[in-house]
Amino acid sequence: MSGIAVHRGLSLNRINAMVLRYWYLLLSSWPRLLELVYWPALQIITWGFLQNYISQTSGFFAQAGGTLIGAVILWDILFRGQLGFSISFLEEMWARNLGNLMMSPLKPIEFLISLMIMSLIRLAIGVVPMTLLALFFFGFNFYAIGLPLIAFFCNLIFTSWSVGIFASGLVLRNGLGAESIVWTLMFALMPLACIYYPVSVLPPWLQVVAWMLPPTYVFEGMRALLIDHVFRTELMVDALVINAVLLVASFAIFLALLRSAKRNGSLLSGGE
Amino acid sequence: MKIEDTISRKPPASDPAASAAIDVAHLVKVYKATRAVDDVSFRIARGSITGLLGGNGAGKTTTIAMIMGLVLPTSGRIHVLGFPMPEQSAEVLGRMNFESPYVDMPMRLTVRQNLTIFGRLYAVRNLADRIDRLASDLDLRDFIDRANGKLSAGQKTRVALAKALINEPDLLLLDEPTASLDPDTADWVRQHLENYRKSHNATILLASHNMLEVERLCDRVIIMKRGKIEDDDSPDRIMARYNRDTLEEVFLDVARGRTRESAT
Repeated sequence: MSGIAVHRGLSLNRINAMVLRYWYLLLSSWPRLLELVYWPALQIITWGFLQNYISQTSGFFAQAGGTLIGAVILWDILFRGQLGFSISFLEEMWARNLGNLMMSPLKPIEFLISLMIMSLIRLAIGVVPMTLLALFFFGFNFYAIGLPLIAFFCNLIFTSWSVGIFASGLVLRNGLGAESIVWTLMFALMPLACIYYPVSVLPPWLQVVAWMLPPTYVFEGMRALLIDHVFRTELMVDALVINAVLLVASFAIFLALLRSAKRNGSLLSGGE
Repeated sequence: MKIEDTISRKPPASDPAASAAIDVAHLVKVYKATRAVDDVSFRIARGSITGLLGGNGAGKTTTIAMIMGLVLPTSGRIHVLGFPMPEQSAEVLGRMNFESPYVDMPMRLTVRQNLTIFGRLYAVRNLADRIDRLASDLDLRDFIDRANGKLSAGQKTRVALAKALINEPDLLLLDEPTASLDPDTADWVRQHLENYRKSHNATILLASHNMLEVERLCDRVIIMKRGKIEDDDSPDRIMARYNRDTLEEVFLDVARGRTRESAT
């Protein structure tokens, strides 16, 4: 998997092979499958009841029904999308299989695409039941958001892949000692992405930082849709542009970290 | 979708490195203050089996890792099957393979699943037939549908060898291919490697601490010590030079700093 030969062409067969590898792994372990559903289900139930409670005591939340549940689901798309990407990568580190892949004809871009596909598969397994629970328990139909949902989803998943690529690169370079980055990096975005509150709550200088993050646009867009019943296209377009920059930057950083890993020999050790 | 590159797969005919399976010149690898490989040069003929010997920390694994492209050299150049590495690794990675104790096959996947995935990565044609053939040749049939993590050390080694042979490589790099195997299994693996070299005119470079293995398998031996090449010749000539009957005695001479002259 040469970092230099990245642009020579893609092989769908090699991408399929890697997706098949993760699919086999997923099917071989029921705890892995259960875990995909377990945490999102707990999240939605806890936050759903909280939303119900607040709605009973606050007129605003009663009017803006679903903003909290909607935010929880969209946050989970962002967070689980990144985890789905990164955990598949970590599986290679845990299995000490990275050397086999690096020495095969698999190219970095093919490897990353297969991780993206797996993040979608893992996300579907975890989030679809979550949305059904939201409908069943709290009467919140996530899919009633309609077409804007596609814009929200795409922007969130693109950000999750950028963070996933970056975190995976750090683990590749620094070994499993850096594994905690995979689990915690997305939480660094949490206060700035304004998931549960509007950007206007932040101090002005922090608002500038918040608007550099694509998820901020999505959560603002969601609130505009659920509270004001307006789909703000311009927010989604801005987020898409920033996401494009982030994806290219994260891929370039991944290649640089891969090269650095080859320079310092950490691909051989892969340890702590 | 398969957007194949249009670049010729043949190396330039005028390049002297093209005639060798591996051509390494003035290879240096420095890790911080440690000079793991220090100005190493050698050329390995196609169809040969070469042993890379040396104690722990001699630089064998680093040298092999640089040839594979897993480690970037600090300086020097490497040609594999006529192509410069790592610049044109895409041209050769499909024609080589390796086995090493530093990597594992995924434990939760069955042997057949693992071989299927690697077969697809290497674009092996008639993959099911190829896996059947390997299962027969390497005696994997009894556990082909068992998870890799549930196999014995000997079975895992045979599976790793099957993965290394899945694409019928022109160049096979082996790092301690019979480590932790019982003598019977180790002998069996050596026999298979010998047969593979003969049937495919393949080139094999192996790093090993097993001197009997090297004596039996290798046409040529490169002895490394502290990152440098200490000696490089056929096993017979090296033993004659040190006036020793076995490579193990030569190895001890080299490891303990006895020179050829003082050994004789």
